[in-house]
Amino acid sequence: MPKETRLPNRNRVKRAAAAAALFLMMASAAAAEEPIKIGLGMSLTGPLAANGKMSLVAMQVWESDINAQGGLLGRPVKLVYYDDQSKPAEVPAIYSKLLDVDKVDLIVSGYATPIIAAALPIAMQHDMVLMGLFGLANNAKLKYDKYFGVAPIGEDPVNVLAKPFFDVADTLNPKPSTIAVITPDIQFGHAALEGVRNAAKARNMKVVYDRTFPPGMTDFSTVVREVQAANPDLVFVATQPGQSINVARAIAEVGLNAQMIGGGMTGLQTTDSETILGPQINGLVNFAYWLPAAKLQSPGAMDFLSKYQARAKAEGVDPIGYYVAPWAYADLQMLASAVEETKSLEGDKLAAYLHENSLSTIIGEVKYGPGGEWANPRQFLIQFQNIKTKEPSEFTGTDHLVVVGPPELKSGDLISPFDKAAH
Amino acid sequence: MLSFSLLSNAIVSGLLLGGFYAGVAAGATISFGLLDIANIAHPAFVVFGAYCAFALNQRFHLDPLLAAVFVTPVFYAVGWFAYQLYHHAFERRGDDSMRGLAFFFGLMFVGEVVLILTFGVDYRYSSAEYTSTTFKLGPVAFPLREVIPFVGSLVILVAAQAFLKRTFTGRAILGVSQDPIALRLMGADPVRLKRIAFALSIALAGAAGALLLVLEPIEPAIGRDFIGRVFAIAVLGGMGSLPGTWVAAVMLGVIENLTSIFAGASWAPAVAFGFLLLTLTVRPSGLFGR
Repeated sequence: MPKETRLPNRNRVKRAAAAAALFLMMASAAAAEEPIKIGLGMSLTGPLAANGKMSLVAMQVWESDINAQGGLLGRPVKLVYYDDQSKPAEVPAIYSKLLDVDKVDLIVSGYATPIIAAALPIAMQHDMVLMGLFGLANNAKLKYDKYFGVAPIGEDPVNVLAKPFFDVADTLNPKPSTIAVITPDIQFGHAALEGVRNAAKARNMKVVYDRTFPPGMTDFSTVVREVQAANPDLVFVATQPGQSINVARAIAEVGLNAQMIGGGMTGLQTTDSETILGPQINGLVNFAYWLPAAKLQSPGAMDFLSKYQARAKAEGVDPIGYYVAPWAYADLQMLASAVEETKSLEGDKLAAYLHENSLSTIIGEVKYGPGGEWANPRQFLIQFQNIKTKEPSEFTGTDHLVVVGPPELKSGDLISPFDKAAH
Repeated sequence: MLSFSLLSNAIVSGLLLGGFYAGVAAGATISFGLLDIANIAHPAFVVFGAYCAFALNQRFHLDPLLAAVFVTPVFYAVGWFAYQLYHHAFERRGDDSMRGLAFFFGLMFVGEVVLILTFGVDYRYSSAEYTSTTFKLGPVAFPLREVIPFVGSLVILVAAQAFLKRTFTGRAILGVSQDPIALRLMGADPVRLKRIAFALSIALAGAAGALLLVLEPIEPAIGRDFIGRVFAIAVLGGMGSLPGTWVAAVMLGVIENLTSIFAGASWAPAVAFGFLLLTLTVRPSGLFGR
C-alpha cells in the first residue's frame, strides 16, 4: 500500500496563490465581457409608435456604431428595451423591471412628454441620470439635477415651444391681435397653452379660444369650426402625432383660414403624416429642431442618416427620419461621452459631467443649463409649401419644408394668409 | 361665439359621425344584445376589417367600399369559426361569463399583435381621392369621408334589420335571444342559430372596418377608442334593437358635438356617458328595449 505523502507548506501556498490569480484573471475577463446595459421603454405600439420605432432604430444604429468602435469603457453595449404601448401607465413598471430585474447600468427615456413624465420619478428614486427624448417642460417643476432634455428647447421650455411661431408672427403685416389655441388636455397641451398665453400677453394679443380637447379624440371638425367662429388672426396648434394628422385634415375640410396656422404639431414632418395628408398640409407652419440643411449639418449627421435610412427601410419604419431619429442617436452619444470621460456609470459623476461640459453630437454642440435643458435653445419654424401629391417621393428632400424663421436660418418667405399657401 | 353656422355644422357632423358609430356598434348589438356574448374584441374585428380593406386597396387598387364586398363574407366565415371555438371552450360548459370575456380580450390583443407584425405601427390610410373632398350646402359642410361611412353604416343596419325581421332564420335568431329553451322544444337548434348570428355580427364588423378606413387613418390599436362607445350605444339603444342602436349612436354623436361647442371638447365623453347613465336610470331597458 503506497504511503501517503503530504506536500510541504510552501508548495501548498504557491498552488493556492496560482489558483487565486487564475480565478481573478477569469473573473476580470468575464467582467470585461459583461456588456454595459442601457435600459429604456419605447412606444413600439400605439399612437406614439411611429416616432417611437424611428427612435429605437436610431438607437440601434448607435449601438452598432459604438460596439464597432470597441464599446464603452472597453465593454460592449447592449440596449434592453420594452414596448410601453404609448401608455404612460406602463412606464413605471417597465423601468422598475429594467432596474431591479434586468439590472441595467444606465437608463434613457422613451419618446415624448407623457412617457418621460412617467419615467422621471423612477429615475429620481434610483438617483440615476435620465436623458429625456423630446419632452416639453418635464423637469420644470421637479428640478431634478440628473435630468437632461434631448430637444433644443432651452431652460424656459414652457415659453419656448411657441417662440418661433410668435417670432415669425411679429413680422406679419397687418399685426395680428387675436389668437386661438388647439391643444389636448394633457401635460404637453397645458404647457403649450401656458406658453401661448404668456407670449400673447406680452404682445397685448387676445386669446379668443383656448379650450382643450380629450386626448382620445379623433374628429376635430367641431373644434376647428369653433375656432373658425372665433375668427382669430393666428391659430396655434399644439398636438401629439395622431392628433396632428386629424387636426390638419379638419382644418382643410372646414376651410379654416388665418394669417398663420400650426406651430406645435408634433410628428407632422414624419413621412407617415406627410403622405397621409399630401396637399392638405400646405400652408401649415410647424416647429422644427433639425433638418439636413447646409447650416444644420454637423459632423456625422449625414453618415448617420444614410445608415438609419437603410435600416429603417428594411424594418418598415419612417424611411426618411429627419424628425426624431438624429436626436435619439445624439441622446446616447451624450450619455456615452459622459461615461467615457468620467470612466464611471455613477449618476452623480455623469450628471456633473453633462452639466459642466459642451457635448459634440450629430445634431450639433450641446451645452446644458442648470435645469437640465439646453442652455441655448435652437428651434426654427418651417412652412409646408408646394406639395402637390401624396407620393412619398414628394417628401424625400427638404424643398417642401421652407424654413421661415429665424432670419439667420431662413430658406424662403412665409406665405400668409394660410389659404394662399394652401391652394 | 355661437352662430347658426357653428351650431348647424356641429349637429350635422355629430349626425354623420354618430351614424358611423351605429355601423360599428351594429354587430355588437347582435352579439351582446341578442346573444349575451360580451365580445369585447368587436372593435378589434372592425380594425381587422379596415386592414383587410387597406390590403386589398394596396394590392389590387380596390376602393375601400368595393373591398367591403369581399371582406364581409370572409369575416362571416371568421365569425362562424370564432363562435364555434367560443361555444366548445366556454359556452357549452357554462363558463361563458368571465372566461368568455377573457377569451375575447385575448382575441383582441392577439389581433393587435398580428396587425402590428403584418402592417407595422404606422398610420395607414385610404388613397381614395374622395376622402379629401368636401361639399357645402350653404354654411354646412359635408366631408365625403364622413358622408360615405354614414350612408354605408345605414345600409349595414337596414340590411341587418331586414334579415332579422323578414327572414325565417332572422326571426328564429330573435327567438333565441328571447327563449332558447322554447325554441329547442320546437325542434330548432339554438347553437346553430347563435352561430349564424355571431358570424353575422363579425361580418358587419368587417364591413364597418372598410368604412373606418374611409373615415380616418388607422393603426392597430385604434379599436380601443371604440370599446366604451360601442357598448354604451348597444346598451342605450335597448340591447338588441338595431333601430335603437342607430338612434342611440346618432344621439351620442350629436351630444358629443354640442357639448364640445357649449362646454369644451374635454367634457364631451363625460356628458355623453352621463346621458347614458341618466337614460338607464329612467329607462333601465334602454331607449328601444322591451
